[in-house]
Amino acid sequence: MLLCGQLLAAVLPEERVDLLYHSYDGGGVEVTGPSLLLRKNIGNSVSVGLNHYVDNVSSASIDVVVTASPYTEKRVENSFAFDYLRDKSTMSLGLTRSSESDFDASTMALGVSQDMFGDLTTVSLGFAFGDNIIRQNGNDDFEETAQVRSYRLGISQIFTRNLVTALTLETITDAGYLNNPYRLVRYEDSTSSDGFSFQPEVYPETRTSTAISMRANYYLPQRAALRGAVRLFKDSWDIDATTYEIGYTFPYREDWIFDTRFRYHDQSSAEFYSDLFPFRDAQNFLARDKELSAFTSTSVGLSASYTLARGWSFIDRGSLNLELDWIHFDYADFRDLTEPGPVGEEPLYSFDAQVTRLFASFWF
Amino acid sequence: MPRLPQLSMLCSLLLLAGCAGEPWVKPYERAHLADSIMSFNPNPVSASYLHHVYDSREGARGAGVASGGGCGCN
Repeated sequence: MLLCGQLLAAVLPEERVDLLYHSYDGGGVEVTGPSLLLRKNIGNSVSVGLNHYVDNVSSASIDVVVTASPYTEKRVENSFAFDYLRDKSTMSLGLTRSSESDFDASTMALGVSQDMFGDLTTVSLGFAFGDNIIRQNGNDDFEETAQVRSYRLGISQIFTRNLVTALTLETITDAGYLNNPYRLVRYEDSTSSDGFSFQPEVYPETRTSTAISMRANYYLPQRAALRGAVRLFKDSWDIDATTYEIGYTFPYREDWIFDTRFRYHDQSSAEFYSDLFPFRDAQNFLARDKELSAFTSTSVGLSASYTLARGWSFIDRGSLNLELDWIHFDYADFRDLTEPGPVGEEPLYSFDAQVTRLFASFWF
Repeated sequence: MPRLPQLSMLCSLLLLAGCAGEPWVKPYERAHLADSIMSFNPNPVSASYLHHVYDSREGARGAGVASGGGCGCN
């Protein structure tokens, strides 16, 4: 975050307040809720931020429909951010706590960024530590933990008066209980009337991933911006992924800004993933989580932002924003068990999701 | 599919090119870069949310614009 907020000499984050309503609807899952962000400076060198975020989840996903019962739950996340600016350096501290009925996450993040070479280059370093507690609703005896460590290097570079780029390298390590305690894997079972049965998934207790991304923004004549990004990902579970994004931002008259974007994600499966194992306990590690399977996701997005009249009292300006993204997930080895078919030859699963953000922002 | 080491080396070389001499883009020439439409992250709350959506539903993670917390499973 440090990297992306600072392109033109070290500055504190903007003083602003954002009130957002979000909605995700797809694959039988609905997630809605508010988010409130407040960013305020204290003097000339300190900025503090508070974010309150809520997810109201109603899930009847393909996993839930096939092996469990639909459920609802609520997740609440609160964050505190502190930034200190000194000359061309910014130091930051972030604390986040997320709570839901069966999952608590606490994260501490530290970062430092430094402008150099005539402020054409910004180098950022970040470290984050997360401590997760995993429980299982309906089973009071179940409690596991997992720790997450993230190491991040970012470099942004101004190349021309119209071109800026950003390179980010991030390694994340997990240790502990990395399963989902509810999720099951499928195996062939001739004694079952369906021809298959289920057993709990089993994941390794460690995972290390590395991702590198390259972004570029280019300013076009007549005030418009073209951007592109590519991210390469690899992890110790044998997942390889590539993500491409392009976007185009342009104003209309004085008060409107529109944005269009396209994103494509392609990933291979984890080595211990299978839609259908040949028998029970077929191997040490077992997964049938569709997020670990081979699939592609394709997104298109549109945004409109309307700038409100400027200069009321202590508020410099405001904006009303609507952002919509449509995502299509297409799985190469995850079958839809709600549809009929011979065992292991059921139709492949796919679904569409719509992601909506409606928010108001005010700068002061 | 491009390989990580090759892309890292290419990016490093490009970025190291910025380490030499005086800034070739003077501060008074950066008006376009300072325009809000050129920001990598103009709306942090919205970007953080969309990032969380992708993180929850894809196997890849990291090196994105923003980070979130929680499980977001199923």
